[in-house]
Order: sequence, then structure tokens, then C-alpha cells
Amino acid sequence: MCKDCGCGLPGDVAIDGVPMSASQQSDSHDHSHDHGHPHDHDHQHSHDHTHEHGHPHDHDHIHDHAHPDAHPAHRTLSVEQGVLEKNDRLAERNRGYFLAKNLFVLNILASPGAGKTAFIERTAADLGARVRLSVIVGDLATENDAVRLRGHGIPAIQITTGSVCHLDAEMVSRAVERLDLNAVQALVIENVGNLVCPAVYDLGENARVVLLSVTEGEDKPLKYPVMFRSAQVVVINKMDLAGVVGFDRETALRNVRRVAPRATIFEVSAKTGQGMDAWYQYLHDAIR
Amino acid sequence: MHEVSLMQDTVIIATKQARDAGAQRIHRIMMRVGALSGAVPETLEFAFDIVAKGTMAEGATLEIERVPLRCYCPACAQEFEPADFVCECTHCGRPSADIRRGRELQVTSLEVS
Repeated sequence: MCKDCGCGLPGDVAIDGVPMSASQQSDSHDHSHDHGHPHDHDHQHSHDHTHEHGHPHDHDHIHDHAHPDAHPAHRTLSVEQGVLEKNDRLAERNRGYFLAKNLFVLNILASPGAGKTAFIERTAADLGARVRLSVIVGDLATENDAVRLRGHGIPAIQITTGSVCHLDAEMVSRAVERLDLNAVQALVIENVGNLVCPAVYDLGENARVVLLSVTEGEDKPLKYPVMFRSAQVVVINKMDLAGVVGFDRETALRNVRRVAPRATIFEVSAKTGQGMDAWYQYLHDAIR
Repeated sequence: MHEVSLMQDTVIIATKQARDAGAQRIHRIMMRVGALSGAVPETLEFAFDIVAKGTMAEGATLEIERVPLRCYCPACAQEFEPADFVCECTHCGRPSADIRRGRELQVTSLEVS
């Protein structure tokens, strides 16, 4: 679950175990003043109401002048602001930084257990010195994935989100400060395992890669259309198990194309290496 | 899910706008939420009550305008409203990647005093 159950005030996001300080996280709690005065005093009726408001005008005295200490009545402010504007702005900042570093950045998204970490491990191992990768990995808890990646000689930073169900652009920019990106060509961001929430958070990536494993069912793209529609690349993983689980390949491909008609699709097994060459070719072309 | 994060950002936006306008209380927040925004209106409403506590938006009404998904079919040269989240033209059946409406997630206006 996320902080989004309502329990979590900010403060539990950590990068390699070091908490992001409160000031670095969004100040989501805005304790404004309390003022206890209800609308029990006179209304100034010298303006136009263009909106409905709930308190009845059941008094019968008439004000034909404005008095300065009158409580101003309700008015409407036009805002027209995107809720994700701040994240989008930070994501663009990340994107500019990555461009300046000549880095190709991937945001890897999938359900828990679809094989994100295995896919990244295999990619880094097979590409070796041809394409050097760094990884930022997000999980609610534990540094297991970063430890696992570092075990293969891949530079990795772990973001533990505590209770947050997605990575956002600010977490990524903080994590990036701790990586030496001068010697790498690609940065891989392994998002929190979740096919819902991370869909709407731009991190500043160049490509979104959504993984789907054959054990999850052919209709996954139809069930999570927001996520799959946002993908530039869809990877169908664990193809080595396709026969065992009776995976209907044609139906799965059709469903992916229905939701994400422009996505490039790869069918792979990160475990056996099947189909990975086509993915490496894509990466190679993208990085050039 | 992430709706609490979204509503925290919404309350931050609303309180800043209200303060800048010299208001002291927010009575109503109007939002526009698209079918493909990734946010569920009911969950936003639930989250709003939690995150508004202790802010100048406490007790405010949240009003959500739902925006249906609208796509454009280049072959038929017209917009259509798919029945589900799959943008397949309701006339010719071709898939479309051209979304015209439905991604909105905005604070549109506030009622303050």
C-alpha cells in the first residue's frame, strides 16, 4: 500500500538507506490557521454572485453600502492548473540533465514478480562493456534488488519508498546525485512493482518499458490500459514458460496492440536469453 | 492508491492560490478528471477528506467533472468516444493512438472567502 492509505506523512523515503530529508520531499501538509468564525455576521450585498453557495439569505435587512469590516463573501478563483505540474516540471529538469549527460534513460514498469530485476540483470550482463548501465531501483522496502544488481558489478542505487506506491521525479533526481553517470550510456530506473500508480508519474525518461510475464494472463493490457498505453516498449517476459502455462501468444499480442498501437513489442525470456537480442538491437539503436 | 499523493498536491495548489488571492478559507474545489488520467474520482474524494484536515480547505466540497475518453480516427477524420479504454474507431474499427480528451487531471477553480 502507499502513504496513500492516509497513514503516511512524508519522511520515509530513503536512498540507499539515507532518508530524504523532510525539506527535500513535497511539503504536503499545510497546516494553515484555524479560524472559528462562522458566517453569522452581516453580508455585504454589493457584489455579484456568479456561483451557488449554501448559506441561506434569510435576513431581511438591506445593506446599500459596503462596510470595511464585513466578511467578504464567497468568490470564485479560476485556477486551471495540472495536479501533476510540479512532478512534470521536475521530470523535464531530469530530462534536460540526462540529455546533457548524453544518457538514454529507461523507466521499467511491471507488476511485482514480472521479472524486472532479472530482465535488467540479463541486459547488463549480456551488453557488458558495449553499453554500460547504471540502475536506480525502487521498492517499498529492502535493498535486496540493489544488492542483487551490484553482485553482478552493476552500479545500483536503491530508493526505498517506505509506503509510497510509485517513484516520482524528485526521488529520481535525488538518487541520480549519488550515481557517477559519466562512465555510463544508459540509466535504467526500475520502478516500484505496480501497474497503476507509477503510470502517471513522468520521471524524465526517454522510454517507458512495460513488462508483462506470460504467467499473468493475456488480458493484462486490457486490465491496466493507462499503464500499457503509456509504454513505448512492451516486453513479454518468461516466454520459456509459455507452453507450461498455456500462454495464448496471439491473444496477448493483439491485446497489447489494441491498447498500445505504437509500442514496440519484444518477446523474451530473461532467464534463458531467448529473444533478448532484438531488445539489445533496439537499445543499441536508441543509444546511438 | 496514489490518489492521496494527488490530493496532497491538489490541496497545496489550492491553498497557495487562495492565499495569493487574500482568501482565508476554501469552500469548494473544482477539478477535472479524465477517464484515462489514472485517478479514480471516488478515491480522490475519499483521499481529500483525509488530506484537507488542518488546512484552509478543511470541510470544503470537492466537485469533480469527469471527462470521458475521446480519440480521433485519421481514416474517418472524426473524433469518437470508445465504450472502454481501447481507442478503436466506433465507425471503422481501426485502432487509434490519437487521444484528444480524457487525460485531464486539473484543479479548475476554487470558491473561497
